[in-house]
Amino acid sequence: MPTEILMPALSPTMEEGKLAKWHVKVGDKVTSGDVIAEIETDKATMEVEAVDEGVVTKLLVDEGTEGVKVNVPIAVLQGEDEPKAKANGGATASTGPAAKPAPKVSAAAPAAVAMASDPSIAPGTPMVTMTVREALREAMAEEMRRDPAVFLMGEEVGQYQGAYKISQGLLDEFGPKRVIDTPITEQGFAGLGVGAAFGGLRPIVEFMTWNFAMQAIDQIINSAGKTLYMSGGQMGCPIVFRGPNGASARVAAQHSQSYGSWYAHVPGLKVVAPYFAADAKGLLKAAIRDPNPVIFLENEIVYGRSFDVPKVDDFVLPIGKARVVREGRDVTLVSYSITVGLVLQAAEALAKEGIEAEIIDLRSLRPLDTETVIASVKKTNRIVTVEEGWPICGIASEIATQVMEQAFDHLDAPPTRVTGKDVPMPYAANLEKLALPSVDDVIAAAKAVLYRS
Amino acid sequence: MAKADTASRAAAPPRPMPGKDALLRYYREMLLIRRFEEKAGQLYGMGLIGGFCHLYIGQEAVVVGMQAAIGEGDQVITAYRDHGHMLACGMDPAGVMAELTGRSGGYSKGKGGSMHMFSREKNFFGGHGIVGAQLPLGTGLAFSNKYKGTDRVCLTYFGDGAANQGQVYESFNMAELWKLPVVYVIENNQYAMGTAISRSSAETHLYKRGASFNIPGEEVDGMDVLAVRDAGDRAVKWCREGKGPIILEMKTYRYRGHSMSDPAKYRTREEVDHVRETADPIDHVRKMLLESKLSSEDELKEIDKDIRAVVNHAAEFAQSSPEPDPSELWTDTIH
Repeated sequence: MPTEILMPALSPTMEEGKLAKWHVKVGDKVTSGDVIAEIETDKATMEVEAVDEGVVTKLLVDEGTEGVKVNVPIAVLQGEDEPKAKANGGATASTGPAAKPAPKVSAAAPAAVAMASDPSIAPGTPMVTMTVREALREAMAEEMRRDPAVFLMGEEVGQYQGAYKISQGLLDEFGPKRVIDTPITEQGFAGLGVGAAFGGLRPIVEFMTWNFAMQAIDQIINSAGKTLYMSGGQMGCPIVFRGPNGASARVAAQHSQSYGSWYAHVPGLKVVAPYFAADAKGLLKAAIRDPNPVIFLENEIVYGRSFDVPKVDDFVLPIGKARVVREGRDVTLVSYSITVGLVLQAAEALAKEGIEAEIIDLRSLRPLDTETVIASVKKTNRIVTVEEGWPICGIASEIATQVMEQAFDHLDAPPTRVTGKDVPMPYAANLEKLALPSVDDVIAAAKAVLYRS
Repeated sequence: MAKADTASRAAAPPRPMPGKDALLRYYREMLLIRRFEEKAGQLYGMGLIGGFCHLYIGQEAVVVGMQAAIGEGDQVITAYRDHGHMLACGMDPAGVMAELTGRSGGYSKGKGGSMHMFSREKNFFGGHGIVGAQLPLGTGLAFSNKYKGTDRVCLTYFGDGAANQGQVYESFNMAELWKLPVVYVIENNQYAMGTAISRSSAETHLYKRGASFNIPGEEVDGMDVLAVRDAGDRAVKWCREGKGPIILEMKTYRYRGHSMSDPAKYRTREEVDHVRETADPIDHVRKMLLESKLSSEDELKEIDKDIRAVVNHAAEFAQSSPEPDPSELWTDTIH
């Protein structure tokens, strides 16, 4: 009986990939464990192994084809002992996971409606489209070219080319002295980075994800964050801690946490959490140049999204400035990182119902640009803050407090929060979806503060 | 609990007598630390110093001997029992004491206190309050030396208590893996707060703790400034030659409690007295100076007098220096 070989999902967030190379051709006999193809995603190149034995009878996807969806048949295998297989009820196994594909967050950036231009970018600046991943990589490469004291260290940043491919190519360009693979020892290498910063270097410390940085949080807060103050201003700590933050997909409680409010709580740190590629680039360059410890919160799902980035020689953005992404008169929607994408989609839907939302992307969480938020609230009189983090003591709670302290008389409705639910992240696909904020949640909250159903 | 281990001093090979200048310098530096700490204890009792205050009395030979082994540009980092290290680095006793009293003339403008002081000028990188946190930091300073291509060495001090922290071994691993120029100086004063080393450590010979990382270690009589200096010389040479990290376990002893509020229930008065009488690091050098006739009672008395004057001045400055201006509350959080 013929068996279809399906395009496998090789990471939790993979939806499609490029069929880079076939290692077999029609008529070849394969046995379990043979490498039959190579698949490339924006994260990595991986080999596909055969699970079943048989003869390849069809290759359904040409070598070099981009955007092959997960679970699409890519080849057909004919079992050699067909009658026997039939007698046994037929082999249905295929390469790749047998489970139904989980619903996934789209890697494509949601279309923005009537985006406002960034006032920090001069009108008419030529743009180039790139992914957030490429923007981050360019930021690091440019700063490493500019300043020999800048180096990158972390798990798998070198030879592996980055667990999420952010550092791809950097080892080749800068060598092992400046692109340093560390042992799995977060507290150790975070502290080593802080010591190196005390010693006059400019470390970029990559955490494979921020979840693992909890092992290192003492060094980040007590050593990096407080030493300037404790030394009466003698000892700066110019260091960037960066990596993906928040939920990925289906990796459950210990690997799906959003640390915005944890670090934003600490005086002595700066905290940046961009969404767009231009912000990722301009703010990472600023973070590397900053004389203070900067917490740079990225998002794995956003890495592959493409946006316009100014095509200028040295694009640096100021830390601590929010951006009005979309202007509107009816309600202010404040967000940062991945949920900016949700808010953009919600605004599009709201516009169809005649509700014009103003969208603010905070970009930085400390310093927090409350001025931009307050100015918007004074115009719209209503505010919803959207974030993936937990509700208790979150960034949204802080925004609500600031708004009430500074613009209470301008409010026509209570400041409202749309957040991740107050539970550890569940694994089950349906529960995970429920735990995360959704476009519908944002639409509902916006209507609620407008007293519309 | 065993007495301070002085066996290795007796067993040490005979070495040439150091010159008079060197011996007098060690004597002076150790005495400065002793008198400074006694005064700090006194000011604490008067309520002029607050919070935690960990005195270094008894351990003076360690920092003085190690300081003699390093040179210009080498770095020093330690934990919170740090007054001795700062004085040995040449930091101004008045500035250190004023920090203890929380005054604007202190090294951190009164914002750091006993446990958190720094001097970029003297390459003293703290003064860290979290047990063991200075290990990765010192390793990072050594990393910066290697990265910059200098031959500078970082002395990273920690106690027998910190020796059981995980980040010690994370640091050991990276330091040896990358051959970083760091001397790990373990000040084994035999008590982690109130817990004797035999009650906290499966392996009490701490110099062996680098074995599984291929880091050599040496046990040193930390009550003998000359033994410390010699071991320091060997260790610093090892690092400067690019051979990577090395561990020196200083067998030492603190006469005072862990901090000022120590009930001292975990050891006997007799044990402390025995060490004071038989192994005091300052008496040791004093005896050497007098027996060899390199110095005289009168000359040493003059030094004692000088030191008392320095310490009294420091204490006066620490009381007359104004408290930090309230506006200082908001400075230095961020550049």
